[in-house]
Amino acid sequence: MKKAELMDYDKALELFEPVLGFEVHVELNTKTKMFCGCANEFGQGANTNTCPTCLGLPGGLPQVNAKAIESSIRLGLALGCEIAEYSRFARKNYFYPDTAKNFQTSQYDEPIAFNGQLTIELESGRQVTIDIERAHMEDDAGKLTHVGGATGRIQGADYSLVDYNRGGVPLVEIVTQMIEGGEADSPEIGRTYVAAIREIVKALGVSNARMEEGNVRCDANVSLRPRGSGKLGTRTETKNVNSLRSVERAVRYEIQRQAALLAAGGTITQETRHWHEDTGITSAGRPKSDADDYRYFPEPDLVPVAPSRAWVEELRATLPEPPAARRKRLQADWGFANLEFQDVVNSDLLDAVEATVAAGASAQSSRKWWTGEVARLANVAGVSADSLVEPVQLAALIELVTAGTLTDRLARQVLEGVIAGEGTPLEVVEIRGLAVVSDDGPLIEAIDLALASQPDVLAKIRDGKVQAAGAVIGAVMKAMRGQADAARVRELVLERAGTAE
Amino acid sequence: MTDLTRLSAADLSILLTSGAVSSVEATQAHLDHIAAVDTDVHAFLHVAGANALAAAAVVDAQRAAGAVLGPLAGVPIAIKDVLATRDMPSTAGSKILEGWIPPYDATVVRLVREAGLIPLGKTNMDEFAMGSSTEFSAYGPTHNPWDLDRIPGGSGGGSAAAVSAFEAPLALGSDTGGSIRQPAAVTGSVGVKPTYGGVSRYGAIALASSLDQVGPVSRTVYDAALLHDVLSGHDPLDSTSLTDRWPSMAAAAIAGRVDGALTGVRIGVVKELSGPGFQPGVLQRFNETLAMLVAAGAEIEEVSAPSFEYAVAAYYLILPAEASSNLARFDSVRFGIRVDPAEGPLTSERVMAATRDAGFGPEVKRRIILGTYALSAGYYDAYYGSAQKVRTLIQRDFDAAFEKVDVLLSPSAPTTAFKFGEKMDDPMAMYLNDVTTIPANLAGIPGMSLPMGLAPEDGLPVGLQVMAPAKQDARLYTFGAAVEQLLEAHWGHTLLSLAPKLAPTQMFASEGGAV
Repeated sequence: MKKAELMDYDKALELFEPVLGFEVHVELNTKTKMFCGCANEFGQGANTNTCPTCLGLPGGLPQVNAKAIESSIRLGLALGCEIAEYSRFARKNYFYPDTAKNFQTSQYDEPIAFNGQLTIELESGRQVTIDIERAHMEDDAGKLTHVGGATGRIQGADYSLVDYNRGGVPLVEIVTQMIEGGEADSPEIGRTYVAAIREIVKALGVSNARMEEGNVRCDANVSLRPRGSGKLGTRTETKNVNSLRSVERAVRYEIQRQAALLAAGGTITQETRHWHEDTGITSAGRPKSDADDYRYFPEPDLVPVAPSRAWVEELRATLPEPPAARRKRLQADWGFANLEFQDVVNSDLLDAVEATVAAGASAQSSRKWWTGEVARLANVAGVSADSLVEPVQLAALIELVTAGTLTDRLARQVLEGVIAGEGTPLEVVEIRGLAVVSDDGPLIEAIDLALASQPDVLAKIRDGKVQAAGAVIGAVMKAMRGQADAARVRELVLERAGTAE
Repeated sequence: MTDLTRLSAADLSILLTSGAVSSVEATQAHLDHIAAVDTDVHAFLHVAGANALAAAAVVDAQRAAGAVLGPLAGVPIAIKDVLATRDMPSTAGSKILEGWIPPYDATVVRLVREAGLIPLGKTNMDEFAMGSSTEFSAYGPTHNPWDLDRIPGGSGGGSAAAVSAFEAPLALGSDTGGSIRQPAAVTGSVGVKPTYGGVSRYGAIALASSLDQVGPVSRTVYDAALLHDVLSGHDPLDSTSLTDRWPSMAAAAIAGRVDGALTGVRIGVVKELSGPGFQPGVLQRFNETLAMLVAAGAEIEEVSAPSFEYAVAAYYLILPAEASSNLARFDSVRFGIRVDPAEGPLTSERVMAATRDAGFGPEVKRRIILGTYALSAGYYDAYYGSAQKVRTLIQRDFDAAFEKVDVLLSPSAPTTAFKFGEKMDDPMAMYLNDVTTIPANLAGIPGMSLPMGLAPEDGLPVGLQVMAPAKQDARLYTFGAAVEQLLEAHWGHTLLSLAPKLAPTQMFASEGGAV
């Protein structure tokens, strides 16, 4: 549907109540795959991280990755889930070339984690509690590359290549219950929910959590219920929405698209939809009926997973502070205004600022440096800010500024040196000779010279026009190549001119 | 000189250990015999002449260098084609895998090689082990050495025929519902299905994962025990592999040869596994054997296993269900043959369908369709779910029986070897041939078949099935060796010594073998 044909968002909300549901796939960062010993890593040649098991060769058999079970349980606990005492894998049978065995080893009616809850906070301060139906373990499919077509999609391609390096990578699929009452906030709920999941898996350390690399992938289910109707509408499932902003846009788009269709007397087809990042629209995928028959049955090649209660409690004790609680605590500790704090969070610099504060810097100066100069340099270099400099180095730099050894301008030069690998801030100061000249001797010499060369200025100062001192101060700073404290220079200029303020 | 092919593995081992015979000589003797008789028998799909002789030479060199070798080092072995071998095609008797050489060895094949056994080649089988006669092999049936017009049993008819035709002293088999034991019964050889989880399934092309088990095929109980000791043990690559430490099966078999080994042994005869539907000569030999056991001091009581009535029905739901999923991977994308549709676009779906249509035989298709249906939404509970409940009931029947007795006995199969084509048009009749062997697979318990004579009406071998509680495989060997000794003492010879001598054909079996 063209954007022009969409129903106005407010109008859509007036007529319909959006009902949401999300399936988020989290790729675990275990060393090996879910059911074999192959490395869980990419960037190698196609099909190099494969074996008889993940290639689905005749005779191959699965072995469960214990670390993946552990990560799944920790993730389940972090989502407030119950952990099953007895959990089984099940085969989901369907034919597709990216699925080597032509079934996915997943979980069906006995998932490892179920009945969770996650409370998220919207920008307005509104709290929304999302009920988690289940979090289950499964293996990922291989990667298809369609060659020859114009779009890179399968339609029109001459042939397709398949790389099974990703085949068998461990996934946890987190499925929400139906989310009602989201109303106009629905798109933001989608974005915030996925952001919260991402934050949790990152805090747990169970996933690399990079959405742009597909570590966290979201399928968004949207349906509309006419106001006053008790009957749920037909839903669509927009697959693989892989950025937070896209989740928000895709939900909003589907609300507007479905509303326009329904208002015009049309019907919604139950189907999967593709999200197009460039154009900001969704398009029809394959029809998906509730009767899709995957012929699930318990995986006979694996024994049930029965985590002992003692182990579960042990794992519970390893959980980090919930990200939302941590944010509240840090904002209070640091005394940041909402906007200041959001700036840090949105820049993904919470950990960096926290570590810098822990290294002795003040919260405000840590924030200012990270979201300011460091973020700017990172942006130029096209990398993430926290990869540019160690928090402890930045803290040392801030310390030098606080002590008056460096001006902000000098500190920026030192930062560049630190990033260039010239050493610690102190070492860079020494090597580059950048410290503020704190000895008055050379300053007085320079001031006297400047006053002598600008007798008219000297006269003005003596006449009480102290603002004229600026010209002298500028000349002195220039002569000192910036390595002077301007305030001290001003003091000395007035003193040498024989005027005291 | 002794005909090396007539020796048991244990006797050959003695000659090899003493240096009287080299492994190259023993291997060559078997290759020569295969060349002479296998055109008629067709036990082998592939004969690995050069590789076998090379492996034998390595063992001979190790022995010459004074290395300490296992008891079966240098002994030839035939390998069922269901097992992945990195130097031989592994087709599971199917067209869809024609010529496929896996990049790896099944765990049992690795163990066999490490023990110094010499793989002679791959043996014929019903396609994907679906059948009781080898008539469903895509490469033509194997012939029973006792009567070339008759079936050698199945699915492991190739392994059983190879052993009973003296083409190999040992073979590897796999048993999902009787594929080791029923062929052993109809060829007068010995076959053992170990406890489920006792032997690794890694590299065994799966038929039904919860039922499949790899095991030994031989001419004597002791030989089977020696091979069992090589195969058993935990394999981290098979999640259903047991971590138990297993006692020596060879020692257990030796214990069975001691005088009085049968005294006081409590034997249960399963009421439901004999009677109507069983060939009279089979029942006659079974009853005679029971009488001899009583005379030897064993105690016999009849036990009832009421749920066995549903075993075949449950089996033919569980097996096709699992098989329909296990066989999904045969899709032309990564291995095996590829067949393009005769017309229309070459989409992956259409190529998969054309490949599976051309690559799978009728019995495989029948079971895939059955299994797909049984797992379908709305039918799962009625079919697969109910079958699993029957399975639990059968396990309880066994548990109850084994509270009273040490071993359970039955004929291994209701009939002797039938003629080719006899049951091809009647799948139910074919399925019912496994009525005796299926319960052990459903319960995961170990079972053995050993010869107990020839049926008077047709002069064909009859097998005795021995079953023991789960993990009590050693008990099978002790009891089996005792029964074998008792019967052979009575006959004055081994049963296989009565098998008709196969006339060497004039054909040249090339090194490449039949395929």
